[in-house]
Amino acid sequence: MQWCQRWDTMPRQRGAGFNMFRFLMGRLAVLIPTFIGVSIIAFSFIRLLPGDPVALLSGERVMSPERHAEISHQLGFDRPIVVQYLDYLWGVLQGDFGTSIVTKKPVIDQFFELFPATVELSLCAILFAVILGIPAGVVAAIKRGSAIDQAMMGTALVGFSMPIFWWGLLLIMLVSGMLQWTPVSGRISLMYFFPPVTGFMLVDSLLSGQAGAFKSAVSHLVLPTIVLGTIPLAVIARQTRSAMLEVLSEDYVRTARAKGLSTFRVVGVHALRNAMIPVVTTIGLQVGVMLAGAILTETIFSWPGIGKWMVDSVSRRDYAVIQGGLLVIAAVIMLVNLIVDLLYGLINPRIRH
Amino acid sequence: MKKLTTLFAATALATLMAGSAWSKTFVYCSEGSPEGFDPGLYTAGTTFDAAAHTVYNRLLEFKKGTTEVEPGLAESWKISDDGLEYTFKLRPGVKFQTTEFFTPTRDLNADDVVFSYERQLKADNPWNKYIAGASWEYAAGMGFPEVIKSVEKVDDLTVKFTLTRKEAPFLANIAMPFASILSKEYADKLQADGKMEQMNQMPLGTGPFAFVAYQQDAVIRYKANPDYWGGKQKIDDLVFAITTDASVRFQKLQAGECHLMPYPNAADVEKMKADPNLKVMEQAGLNVAYLAYNTTQAPFDKVEVRKALNKAINKQAIVDAVFQGAAQPAVNPIPPTMWSYNDKLEDDTYEPEVAKKMLEDAGVKDLSMKLWAMPVSRPYMLNARRAAELMQSDFAKVGVKVEIVSYEWAEYLDKSKAKDRDGAVILGWTGDNGDPDNFLDTLLGCNAVGGNNRAQWCNEEFDKLVKKAKETSDIAERTKLYEEAQAVFKREAPWATIDHSLSVVPMRKNVEGFVQSPLGDFAFDGVDIVE
Repeated sequence: MQWCQRWDTMPRQRGAGFNMFRFLMGRLAVLIPTFIGVSIIAFSFIRLLPGDPVALLSGERVMSPERHAEISHQLGFDRPIVVQYLDYLWGVLQGDFGTSIVTKKPVIDQFFELFPATVELSLCAILFAVILGIPAGVVAAIKRGSAIDQAMMGTALVGFSMPIFWWGLLLIMLVSGMLQWTPVSGRISLMYFFPPVTGFMLVDSLLSGQAGAFKSAVSHLVLPTIVLGTIPLAVIARQTRSAMLEVLSEDYVRTARAKGLSTFRVVGVHALRNAMIPVVTTIGLQVGVMLAGAILTETIFSWPGIGKWMVDSVSRRDYAVIQGGLLVIAAVIMLVNLIVDLLYGLINPRIRH
Repeated sequence: MKKLTTLFAATALATLMAGSAWSKTFVYCSEGSPEGFDPGLYTAGTTFDAAAHTVYNRLLEFKKGTTEVEPGLAESWKISDDGLEYTFKLRPGVKFQTTEFFTPTRDLNADDVVFSYERQLKADNPWNKYIAGASWEYAAGMGFPEVIKSVEKVDDLTVKFTLTRKEAPFLANIAMPFASILSKEYADKLQADGKMEQMNQMPLGTGPFAFVAYQQDAVIRYKANPDYWGGKQKIDDLVFAITTDASVRFQKLQAGECHLMPYPNAADVEKMKADPNLKVMEQAGLNVAYLAYNTTQAPFDKVEVRKALNKAINKQAIVDAVFQGAAQPAVNPIPPTMWSYNDKLEDDTYEPEVAKKMLEDAGVKDLSMKLWAMPVSRPYMLNARRAAELMQSDFAKVGVKVEIVSYEWAEYLDKSKAKDRDGAVILGWTGDNGDPDNFLDTLLGCNAVGGNNRAQWCNEEFDKLVKKAKETSDIAERTKLYEEAQAVFKREAPWATIDHSLSVVPMRKNVEGFVQSPLGDFAFDGVDIVE
């Protein structure tokens, strides 16, 4: 990553704290134009798509041209596009992301109602991918060229190439249908009914105090987590393997071995820590991939998150939801990348000092 | 939000205190999220299933399983001799639902009816624009603002509608979901509290089920309305588990996670029938799929050419391939279950050789045409692309070259309206109210040219018959007029009628009392679960 290099070449006479502050400020300065760029793209792309949100309000029934003009005016679609954009941007700066023309509810309210579901699923999926992916990559690297390595990397390739939709349905048919181990879809059994406090079902089910609710929430999470986590798992495993191979051939690792350290210490402490830098980058990048994957996963598992919401909105040409949703998602991804950059310093002291 | 949370908590507590939380709960795996809960604002069936058929009633209702109207909130009605005044007598003692968010103090009266209509009709009504982007598309589409001159309260239990013109389908129109009756008392309260948007989020009506909570894109909960004028339901709770994917709905049904599902994949129906825990209901849907030629463009302006192409299409093959048999080839523009269906008319038989000769006789040689295939699956046409490909090969046999085109759905609907459109369009229609007018005039009338009339077909003889029928209230007379109109349609062939599909509803074996609606609604009053 470019950021590592820039960090390395920064003047070092002042303390690390000052550098970190400058780094953060520089990063934030870049975020502002990026954010405006995203807002322009989100605003214009949805309008470039063929299809007319006003006409869609009447479904297959045809709307008269007069009525069409009246509603377009009411929704402000008859104003010049630049005026519409500036008006939109002004609203966003004040925290108003517009109102859905379908549900007639403020976009931001809907977003925060649905976002916890997506975050919960994504966190579980990334945990699943990390917990299985990193050890798998390490083992494959240590046993390079062996049958285990071949099998693991072969499986990873299959996982990476797996179409999410197909994989999801296959798991539902097998695990929920034939074996009946997990429920088919949803976030919790319908027999549990309690107020959403945090929006995270695992937390809310515990808070509810209802017996069995937490277990039910977990069982509903299993399949979507596997489906959404499969591609990141494959990517992380492969990335860990190649990073480990590189590091294991370094001189200092040979030195460590020569000192007589145990394999566990050599691999677990000396090699893995350094190999983690590209892996953490990969994990950060997977967050974006994850949000894309969430769209399909949420659709299959009837998971009420923002992915499903965005898809529905595209087909309804719900401009406010799409542009608002894209903007907030972009902001989240930017934030995650910023955190990843900051994490480098924690992992690698060479960068910190 | 806080209020909503309190509501959730209170309801949860109430449910627990009432005993078992799982007492006779009927779960419906619905196909999508409702757009909102005010039926007047929307046009989608998914929204009507969630809002209109559960929480609300109409003045008149469609009798279960039919398209005939029967008394709903109105006990009886009278039509003036000139056909312009409709006076409805309301059912006395009808209670609005008592919920956690509102306790009504009075029964249904004429004010509620006047309010429910006026908010849709009058721009100066405070409820006409009560939320951003409120528009009343269905009422506008059915011509209510032009047809209804006034809605007046005569006394507490009498309402008079005055129309601007004779309109025979009016009674059927007011039985439609968008004409649901809301509580004026509740509306006034919301207005006073400055929370008008709640009308679209927490509905309150007179219907069989009271709204409890909606978790967006996931679950809608209702409980049986104990004060329902039609009697309390046999089930205690009704839950809509929103499940957009048809294969997943099937899995949930098999696993017993829901009792009934709509819109199965055609390919799954055989498996459903074979499953010992499931049963499958089938009924001819009130729909039609068609191929509309542009009758204003050469060579499709010639009847002989349209007839010849109709004879070149192997409809049975399309029905078999696209619907796996769950449809029937269409002869007329209206489905056979609809009154006034003309069963004496015969379809154009599939005879490619004859078709080829007819085209030659009409002087058409080396014709190449565009064939528009819808990008989406609809109940009347599950796979337009496949149907278009079959037609393409059918037409190739008679020497006509076909190029299949498609657009994004909204674009498709819009572009296909153009009067100078190139080529023939695959499209269809699902009836709104069971009245033949809703097919014949809506889709083929002269005033629909450039709109719903995708064939751009304006035939004076046909139009006269249909317009006359619209103003006639005698059913026998109307039937005659519509039968004649269908004969004109068949003779002139502005469309190749493709199919009427079956509506297939799979459910668990223990579900009783569900009645399929020819209008495609899913309503759960009268449903029971037997163990």
